[in-house]
Amino acid sequence: MFGFGILSGLVFLPLVGVAFILTQNDQEAAGRSNVRFAALITTLATFLLSVVAWGRFDQSSAAFQLVEAKHWFGNGLGYKLGVDGLSMPFVLLTTFLMPFCILASWETITFRVKEYMIAFLVLETLMIGVFCALDLVLFYIFFEGGLIPMFLIIGIWGGKRRIYASFKFFLYTLLGSLLMLLAIMAMYAQAGTTDIPTLLATHFSAQMQFWLWLGFFASFAVKMPMWPVHTWLPDAHVEAPTAGSVILAGILLKMGGYGFIRFSLPMFPNASHYFAPMMFALSIIAIIYTSLVALVQEDMKKLIAYSSVAHMGFVTMGLFAMNEEGVQGAVFQMVSHGLVSGALFLCVGVVYDRMHTREIAAYGGLVKRMPLYARLLMVFTMANVGLPGTSGFVGEFLTLLGAFGANSWVALFATSGVILSACYALYLYRRVIFGVLDKPSLAGITDLSAREMVLLVPLVLLVIYYGVHPGPILGASAAAVTHLVKGYDAALHVTQTAALLPLIGH
Amino acid sequence: MTAGSIIGHALPEFVLAIGILVMLLLGALGGEKRAWLVTELAIGVLGLALVACLFEPKSATLLFNGLLVDDAFGRFMKALSLIGSIATLLMAMAWFRRRGLDQFEFPVLVCLATLGMMILISADNLMTLYLGLELMSLALYVIAAYARNDARASEAGLKYFVLGALSSGLLLYGASLIYGFAGTLSFVGIAAMLHGTASLGITFGLTFLMAGLAFKMSVVPFHMWTPDVYEGAPTPVTAFFASAPKIAAIAITLRVVSVAFPGITGEWRQIIIFMSVASMALGAFGAIGQTNIKRLMAYSSIGHMGFALVGLAAGTAQGVEGVMLYMTIYLVMTLGTFAAIIAMEVKGQAVENIADLAGLSSTNFPMAFFLAMMMFSLAGIPPLAGFFAKWYVFVAAIHAHLYVMAVLGVLASAVAAFYYLRIVKVMFFDAAGATFDRASLTLRGLLAGAGVLVMVFWVWPGPVVAVAHHAAQALMQGQKP
Repeated sequence: MFGFGILSGLVFLPLVGVAFILTQNDQEAAGRSNVRFAALITTLATFLLSVVAWGRFDQSSAAFQLVEAKHWFGNGLGYKLGVDGLSMPFVLLTTFLMPFCILASWETITFRVKEYMIAFLVLETLMIGVFCALDLVLFYIFFEGGLIPMFLIIGIWGGKRRIYASFKFFLYTLLGSLLMLLAIMAMYAQAGTTDIPTLLATHFSAQMQFWLWLGFFASFAVKMPMWPVHTWLPDAHVEAPTAGSVILAGILLKMGGYGFIRFSLPMFPNASHYFAPMMFALSIIAIIYTSLVALVQEDMKKLIAYSSVAHMGFVTMGLFAMNEEGVQGAVFQMVSHGLVSGALFLCVGVVYDRMHTREIAAYGGLVKRMPLYARLLMVFTMANVGLPGTSGFVGEFLTLLGAFGANSWVALFATSGVILSACYALYLYRRVIFGVLDKPSLAGITDLSAREMVLLVPLVLLVIYYGVHPGPILGASAAAVTHLVKGYDAALHVTQTAALLPLIGH
Repeated sequence: MTAGSIIGHALPEFVLAIGILVMLLLGALGGEKRAWLVTELAIGVLGLALVACLFEPKSATLLFNGLLVDDAFGRFMKALSLIGSIATLLMAMAWFRRRGLDQFEFPVLVCLATLGMMILISADNLMTLYLGLELMSLALYVIAAYARNDARASEAGLKYFVLGALSSGLLLYGASLIYGFAGTLSFVGIAAMLHGTASLGITFGLTFLMAGLAFKMSVVPFHMWTPDVYEGAPTPVTAFFASAPKIAAIAITLRVVSVAFPGITGEWRQIIIFMSVASMALGAFGAIGQTNIKRLMAYSSIGHMGFALVGLAAGTAQGVEGVMLYMTIYLVMTLGTFAAIIAMEVKGQAVENIADLAGLSSTNFPMAFFLAMMMFSLAGIPPLAGFFAKWYVFVAAIHAHLYVMAVLGVLASAVAAFYYLRIVKVMFFDAAGATFDRASLTLRGLLAGAGVLVMVFWVWPGPVVAVAHHAAQALMQGQKP
């Protein structure tokens, strides 16, 4: 159709919305309304298109599908898109969360509505591109290009310390990514191409893998974020507008995990094996330390931000356990966390819009005035804790299972993180929802509006649905994960045999 | 070789030289009244020369007994310089007229400097190199101090002249040493005499030669003049300094090292690597504390020359291609940025502090948007063109196993991103300040044109990349005797 495939359509559809929004005048109310509806319709259409793509996707195959390639720069740099079981869930997650972001900003964004919606739609294009790109340079462009709209979203529509937060976010991520860029160049220098399927089949020497792995690690560890380079995240989350936080937690963080799974593990198996203990150690520190930090936060968004770091610790742990349970669990955990943390940030946004404070101490006893809100927040809190029956449980359980397979000590320490997460999440819930409603400012607070219900109810349903029926996500990634783990084991086996050969020879 | 084919091969230079004579006559006979006409004529002549550049020669041809060479590489760089000169004159016309400085000498001087650049880029002999360099520099000294009632401009011109004369001296000294030890001034001849080894005298000569060229490129440690001259000179002149002469200086440096000294890569590479890394670092850290946007752009240009030299340090055809693409994209970004800086006027008065841009996004969104795109592009953020510029030079460095340099380079670019972001921050995050006057159509067109170019470069990069690739191959093949 039109000479390009459905993935190109997905990537560039949001830009069509941008083109329309550019023609609108947001100085008047009618124009602002047009801009909002155009953004909503564009994101919904993109979601529908991604569902169509999902329909054409063959779950039983581990290969890249819906592939399209075009001549681009030449000399090994091509425009190539495609998805497999590892990227498809993230594409769907992105397109699914975007309409919520637009809806969440419906009333709260009152100035520069046009620029705001354009920034979000451009960001959507770039995020979908990250998960679809099958060329490293193309991937990098999408990966890094996302910094510009996010920088503006935090900096223009953010809170009091927005400038500090936006600079920290931008510079941290940029520095990490530039080291990855050098690694990409080194791979290009050896393989003569940046085509990802070709590079997946290319063997890099052990020494080279070491440095390449570190280059990619620098970028993904910051993006993920892993302890000790996570410090940009609480700042960015606290200052970003609600929808910005949803996107940050829901999708941008997943790019780090996706990067590990797409590049580090299959392309540098020896280095991944070598660094696995370090990754376990960092994951455990992230899980325990940031959970403890979350416990003492005074700011709701900051608390959820630290809990995100802890949950991402489960992801890295599961990934580097390098067995099917671990990797599948990591993918599941990422999708589930995308839904749960997104929903939690939306919930914070609901009370912030009313009270204009995120201080936990400013709330209390909300259940009396906002019973609906209390119920919905309960579900998300439980999902964040990892209660069986919610999607949070499946991811944590599978990653822990995977960690047991790799190293039981790792699993032992990580499991304590589950307990800690119950501590901080329930403590937060108690302080905000229960207790006596004695603060005069809260006396007039109103319960969820229809728009907010539309925002939160689908997420509740999904969180519970995937909690009791995780099949759809696991099934989508199963073939690709099996392929990944097999390839990884085979690569390690080859090197071990090669290491033994000289001994046998003597 | 017939006279006709000589004219054909040196057509851009002939067009320019004859045009300059006509302009001089017109100006001398008509006086001040003719200034506007002469400027328009100059733009026309430069445009004609640009068109003449587009007809590429089939293979490298030596002219005037090997004093000049006409090849695809030269044509490419000449075209870039000409674009820089044309854009300068377009930006300068209205600017000078408003300040009562619209004399016919300015376009003539710009054309003379451009002619110097043409000769410099084509030089295949140390003598023509010096000739071109001086023709270019002497004209530049004058236009640096063109606003002669302005103390800062006079200071800029004087500084530029004194330091420039010193660097010319260094260059001449180096050239004489090389001539003494190699026995020839011709680039190809020098390469043939060296047999891949350098005597101490040649190494000394090479070092002095590089010092002279480094001054023109404004790279560390010969960058000291840049911030003061950029700040003091009239803004359109600063735009000119930042664009066309740099391209000529980089082009001749490329030609000298890859045609005259290809066998002794080790000797010059260490010089280039030092200059490159030091420039990237100084450009990045020096700009952080600046409050004047012209000074900031001076440090930015020092840094960018450092990045361009990364490609040169690789010493391969791929590296040359990288430098050419870098300079192409740098030219577009610089001209666009300066179009915006020239447009910074409040009630007819030029303002040049970064703080004056405060809240520009709410008072003049298109200008803020395009300037922000320039800044992100200068910082090297994809998908803007600046990213691909860096990609090509760093890929060449990685291919040549210059890993440490590449790591230092990307670290410097992360630091540099900070001050580019600061400008975006001032424009988008801060409260609005004074509203700028409505800029002329030319300036708005230049800024928007450059902005669109850096934004859509990734969509269809093929032609530029292909031409640069071809020209770089031509330069590297031309070196074989």
